[in-house]
Amino acid sequence: MEKISYSDEGQFCSGHVACAGCVEALSMRVILNAVGPDTVGVVAPSCSAVILGGHPMSAAKIPVLHGTLESAAASASGIKRALLAQGRDDTTVLCLAGDGGTYDIGLQALSSAAERNEDILYICFDNEGYMNTGGQKSSSTPLNAATGSTPLGKVTRKKNLIEILAAHRIPYIATTSPSHLSDMAAKIEKAKAIRGTKVIIVLIPCLPGWGVADNAAVKTARLGVESGVFPLFEIEDGVRYTMTVDQKNQPIDAYLAEQKRYRHLSDDARNKLQAEVDETWARLTAMVDNCPL
Amino acid sequence: MNAPAFTDNVQLLNGNHAVAWGVRLAAPDVAPLYPITPQTPILEKLIEFQSQNTFDAELLTPESEHSAMAAAIAASATGARVFTATSSQGLLLMHELLHFAAGARTPIVMFNVNRTPASPWGFWPDQIDSLSQRDTGWIQFYCENPQDSLDTVIQAFRIAETVNLPVMVNHDAFYVSHSVEPVSLPSAETVKDFLPRQPRQIQLGDGSGRSLGAPIDQASWNLTRREMDAGMSLVEDLTAEVGRSWATLTRRTSAPLEQYQTDDAEIVFVTMGSMTGTARIAVDTLRERGVAAGLIKVRLFRPLPAAALRAALMDVPCALVLDRNYSPGTGGVLHQELKSALFGMAGAPRLYGLLTGVGGVNVPAETLEKLAADYSDAAPDNNPIWVE
Repeated sequence: MEKISYSDEGQFCSGHVACAGCVEALSMRVILNAVGPDTVGVVAPSCSAVILGGHPMSAAKIPVLHGTLESAAASASGIKRALLAQGRDDTTVLCLAGDGGTYDIGLQALSSAAERNEDILYICFDNEGYMNTGGQKSSSTPLNAATGSTPLGKVTRKKNLIEILAAHRIPYIATTSPSHLSDMAAKIEKAKAIRGTKVIIVLIPCLPGWGVADNAAVKTARLGVESGVFPLFEIEDGVRYTMTVDQKNQPIDAYLAEQKRYRHLSDDARNKLQAEVDETWARLTAMVDNCPL
Repeated sequence: MNAPAFTDNVQLLNGNHAVAWGVRLAAPDVAPLYPITPQTPILEKLIEFQSQNTFDAELLTPESEHSAMAAAIAASATGARVFTATSSQGLLLMHELLHFAAGARTPIVMFNVNRTPASPWGFWPDQIDSLSQRDTGWIQFYCENPQDSLDTVIQAFRIAETVNLPVMVNHDAFYVSHSVEPVSLPSAETVKDFLPRQPRQIQLGDGSGRSLGAPIDQASWNLTRREMDAGMSLVEDLTAEVGRSWATLTRRTSAPLEQYQTDDAEIVFVTMGSMTGTARIAVDTLRERGVAAGLIKVRLFRPLPAAALRAALMDVPCALVLDRNYSPGTGGVLHQELKSALFGMAGAPRLYGLLTGVGGVNVPAETLEKLAADYSDAAPDNNPIWVE
């Protein structure tokens, strides 16, 4: 059994309003504690904004600006520059956004912040769709997944945001999962110590959106990692790829079986999805193997 | 107030460079900027100042005006003095965030260069870009010439930071933005004293742990608008007071409304922006011909100085509203505003809404003189009138 090694300093309070069993709340607890109290946050409209709760209460101990959906990275840039103008160079600026606010409507602002290498830590809670509005597809929704706007399954693949970000050559990009909380805390701590734009994408199996049992989100996330659907790795300076957890030891079937969004899959569709995962995995391992020193 | 610090530092500046000088003197902490014709000379001049170490704001050059305004709001919420500038399409792209900035009570100062919005594409002076933002909660000023733009952008910081509402200062594309005139520059010390830095009541990251903008119940949302209303209600008097204070330092007057030859006027032009200069010439010419013409320049448009407009137009027989903008389905925006302000007033003038110079069409003083002749004894007409 893995021992979870992070210190809970009470930066995320009880009384939050996540769904029972939600691993985004769990991830937020780890992230907020790892990033520490000298932090100013920005939250885009998303599950994160809901989880933090309504005015005047907040589940986060840090101050948070509730910004607009498409401008999390721009808002974070503005906060960082204001802090720099005040001589507060060491205060962390943390963005919390969903995949809609990152892969879709917020991509332009994120790309611009990355191009300027703004000193921000950007967290994308990736539940592969607009789950806070009832479960519609985003460009992060994977091939074949059923959502409110793709009831027969999405016909195109998930956008490879990580490679888009890597092309910006920002200092740090990582993926992490609520099934691997020590990995999550370590990546946050590593990112926090780096100056420039850092982006961490967190896989969030969504209980209602994916049709996952209330007690199965961590298990689903772990199966996603172990089947290679959501590999855990990091990219430094856009070129140095490192796997951070040993993985891909099983086919995708156990991962799919936990989720209602894939239950319509034909054998043919299942095989296409497996082929896509295998191809993506091969591409990633080649990047790791060919990593410049 | 200190002894008047009069200055003889007069430079030939176009309107945009006058704005940049005003911003340099106001010394914002953060300035997100995105280029757009005909605003770009403001951006270029500020970046030139920065390269000369005479302007040390944190400059951001994001990918869009939308992100520029998002950064401006966030920086302002974090306690910074913030400036940005835009025009036309850029302002319209910001629309969502204009509401946001006012709701968040961020005292941002933005300069907008009034330009026709597409479609079709055009780059000409027309005020519909900013007038169509009148319901967003921004205080709005319209400037007549480069000196007015410099003076107003400096005053805007004091007004914004007093009531915690954002201020949009406007001048017309090219007629003001690119026209060169002598501009008197106040000293850095004068402006520094005029714009003291005051700690903000609520500031992200101030150690209190307070968040900003989290979801709120209906009654609390309602309360935010009542509080904005209370803030807005202070702005007309505040503008007058700030203008008087500026006058003691610079000998230049500026008020919410500026009146020219209105005391005994039988016919009054009502203008905003660059049209004002043309109307002054028309008033002088008409007076030489024995016509009792006058002029009201609406410098502060939001909040509309309605009581002052009523007082200025009381018992004036005829008023001609010159709108360099067109709101489809209703006509000129200033005409609508005047009708609303004067509604039910005994002694209100016959009011004509004249669509003059829409799309940047040139309007010479002779046209205004002819309008005065045409409408001094005309039948009442509530509808907008297109002027050739």
